[in-house]
Amino acid sequence: MKAVIVVFPGTNRERDMAIALERATGRKPVMLFHRETALPSGTDLVVLPGGFSYGDYLRCGAMAAQSPIMREVARFAARGGHVLGVCNGFQILCEAGLLPGALLRNATLRFLSMDCHMRVERAGTPFTAQWQQGAVFRAPMAHGDGNFFCDDETHRHLVDQNLVAFRYCTPAGEVTDAANRNGARDNIAGILSPNLRVCGLMPHPEDLVDPLMGGTDGLPMFTSLAEAAVAA
Amino acid sequence: MKVKVTVMPKTGVLDPQGKAIGHALEGLGFAGIGEVRAGKVIELELTETDPAKAKAAAEEMARRLLANTVIESFRVEVA
Repeated sequence: MKAVIVVFPGTNRERDMAIALERATGRKPVMLFHRETALPSGTDLVVLPGGFSYGDYLRCGAMAAQSPIMREVARFAARGGHVLGVCNGFQILCEAGLLPGALLRNATLRFLSMDCHMRVERAGTPFTAQWQQGAVFRAPMAHGDGNFFCDDETHRHLVDQNLVAFRYCTPAGEVTDAANRNGARDNIAGILSPNLRVCGLMPHPEDLVDPLMGGTDGLPMFTSLAEAAVAA
Repeated sequence: MKVKVTVMPKTGVLDPQGKAIGHALEGLGFAGIGEVRAGKVIELELTETDPAKAKAAAEEMARRLLANTVIESFRVEVA
């Protein structure tokens, strides 16, 4: 699988992402600077990693969403390419209109730096194929603006079309208010595009892909993507 | 020509920052504070000299970048 990680000024989780992708695919991903106007030929997957692109100026992800490479990423997505956005990458996908909704300031106003648990709400996608439906996994999160918001109509669409990928839950898999630390609407941690090729989520599965990191809970996302690329 | 774009969280969108400011004001002893909402003001210096055109341009800028209309509303005033 040929994976490309887009690096914006202020991106800081690209190396973690590269470790996860290399571990799952055996191939080093390409790091692409935001000023580039083309993706390498044969790109299977574009990843927008976490960080604080453009210092979160104006709104998280707002500046990055307008950068030259994002026009190409939008075209790639429109052609059915796989795009993953984690944390700031999720915010950028929403700001760019590649995913619906927006990420508001955490309801508590606190920056959250802790592990969370998520339940797989939609297995069988390029991002979740290696999990069972309803599987619970752990992932670190580190964000100040992860409070997923969308209007009622968008929420209905996400639920009716089964486009909620992950919900915040307890370690036992219960979707509760207490497990919803950032206040996201309907405990939504991650969503999918209608063609299931674009996925954004706030927590960091790439930071749990090796026993040395304390676990491999996040690895299925990357092995799923590696398989999807082989199948495509 | 100076144009002022005011961006505010939409009605119904949680504004924890506004809430926190309200609580802090009450903590300082200010009484009678209702809802507090916090937004931002962006001032633009435009070379356009026609107020209607300047307003239209700023509105387009707000829709494309300055505001995220999923969560924010905006108002454009030409000085």
